[in-house]
Amino acid sequence: MTMIAEKPLVRIEGLHKYYGQHHVLRGIDLTVKQGEVSVVIGPSGSGKSTMLRCINLLETISAGRISVDGQLIGYREVNGRLHDLKKKEIAAQRREIGMVFQRFNLFPHKTALQNVMEAPTQVKRKGEDFARTQALELLDRVGLAQRANHYPAQLSGGQQQRVAIARALAMEPGLMLFDEPTSALDPELVGDVLNVMKDLAKSGMTMIVVTHEIGFAREVGDTLTFMDGGVVVESGDPREIIANPQHDRTKEFLSRVL
Amino acid sequence: MTQAGTSTWAPERQPHSPASDTEEPAPHAGAPVLNNPVLNNAVPVRHPGRWISAVVILGLVALMLQSMVTNPNFRWEIVGTYILDVKVVQGMGWTLLLTVASMAIAVVLAILLAVMRQSDNPIFRWSSWLWVWFFRGTPVYTQLVFWGLLAVLYPKISAGVPFGPELFDLSTSSIITPIAAAILGLALNESAYLAEIFRAGLKSVDKGQTEAAEALGMSDAKIMWRIILPQAMRIIVPPTGNETIGMLKTTSLVLAVPFTLDLTFATNALANRTYQPIPLLIVAAIWYLVITSLLMVGQHYLEAYYGKGVDSGQAAVAVNPAAARAAAAVAAPQQSPGTDLPKEEAK
Repeated sequence: MTMIAEKPLVRIEGLHKYYGQHHVLRGIDLTVKQGEVSVVIGPSGSGKSTMLRCINLLETISAGRISVDGQLIGYREVNGRLHDLKKKEIAAQRREIGMVFQRFNLFPHKTALQNVMEAPTQVKRKGEDFARTQALELLDRVGLAQRANHYPAQLSGGQQQRVAIARALAMEPGLMLFDEPTSALDPELVGDVLNVMKDLAKSGMTMIVVTHEIGFAREVGDTLTFMDGGVVVESGDPREIIANPQHDRTKEFLSRVL
Repeated sequence: MTQAGTSTWAPERQPHSPASDTEEPAPHAGAPVLNNPVLNNAVPVRHPGRWISAVVILGLVALMLQSMVTNPNFRWEIVGTYILDVKVVQGMGWTLLLTVASMAIAVVLAILLAVMRQSDNPIFRWSSWLWVWFFRGTPVYTQLVFWGLLAVLYPKISAGVPFGPELFDLSTSSIITPIAAAILGLALNESAYLAEIFRAGLKSVDKGQTEAAEALGMSDAKIMWRIILPQAMRIIVPPTGNETIGMLKTTSLVLAVPFTLDLTFATNALANRTYQPIPLLIVAAIWYLVITSLLMVGQHYLEAYYGKGVDSGQAAVAVNPAAARAAAAVAAPQQSPGTDLPKEEAK
């Protein structure tokens, strides 16, 4: 909150997404500055998860541009014409962006420690010892050092999600995407995951968080974006929007979730 | 988040150490504890049907055993004579070799075919489909005869540019020997079946696994080899074990090539020579059962290996608390001990 630079890290311009005839995103513009925590809320089907998934190309971009750290995502622009990037180049862009999923998606055949070590050893080709030390540090940071040798099936949902956060952080990304990270959790486990995210925000990480946790948005968010029907309805200071929403749709949504 | 029970030893929780013990129930100070409950020593439901069926089945088994022992036509002494006959044991060895070699080739081909089938490249998808269509759609017997006759169809194999100059040539019968034809015929046929088993296995892995690995920047090959395939193996191993046992017995068809050293051919030849078909069928059956049993043991261990983390779900990994604490202390020396560690004590 104090460390936000003026420099935009993520810039989304005129983003559209079609699934066949279905027009899911209808022109999204969003800018996230370095060190900012950008919270995105909205009803189911508003396109907020799709937008997030476009940023690391889990969805193709139908129209518009996304750039992260000045680099165009998914394309190379040559003489005003876009060319698809090769898979290798896409993988390289994804390495700079960490992602946390609603369903955790831990690798079930690997222990918590192996989950966190997987990408550093296999993608960044770090040594085993280095990766293990780093992984134990990260697991400790999310409060799970003692669970390092447990398989995901032996961990609660909240613990799995914290391992998933540690796994994403192991790649030392400059940007973290959270796709409804607490929506699949029992209510009493939500707090632990949000605390880890809060600490991450305090450490200066740039974060885009799609969530239904209005309390988190108010407390941790630097900006709040309300999406509905594939467009951004309202965007600004979270405390102001929550206290005093300008649009009827925002008012209606907030009255239902608060 | 901090609970009253933990605050006694960790009065000031570090902001970067989220509470993790909240998932375990805290003991209630006021709740009464029953130390000596009276156990419900209930009378179990009786199952007279089980006793009756056991008696019937045991009776039938006894009758069968009695006839096997008393009926002289079984000729057990001949079974005894030939069970370890050189020809029989060699036949068993060849049968085992045919099974293992053709399954090994088939597994490699099947992985390739299954991956090609999901490829973005349409040429790969179609060629994989065509391969499965052809090798699954014609009888294995026909294919074995065909491989045996390859030398008739193409007397020599040469490498060169199509419609252009030849680089070298070899006589087909020197490469496609009977054993090669037998292994090739069995392996190619089997690869089509296994490809479908592998495809089912790959499909069974949740799409989120691929997405998570992609989001970490892993390459397609690494995702397949390290993330998807190991999980798919859990689904793939049981039907593949089934196929292997099936293959063990399908090897008896290599007579079609003709390849004449396998177990069935060897025991048949002995039976024809001695005019004792029944005892030699028993000899063959015993050996097939022995190999099948060994294969089943192997399958058990394979299943245990690929099921780790999933099938062994709640068999908690014994984490030595002291060792883990030491490891964590090494990992995070900046933290004062006691603020974070004891909360995660292994249950």
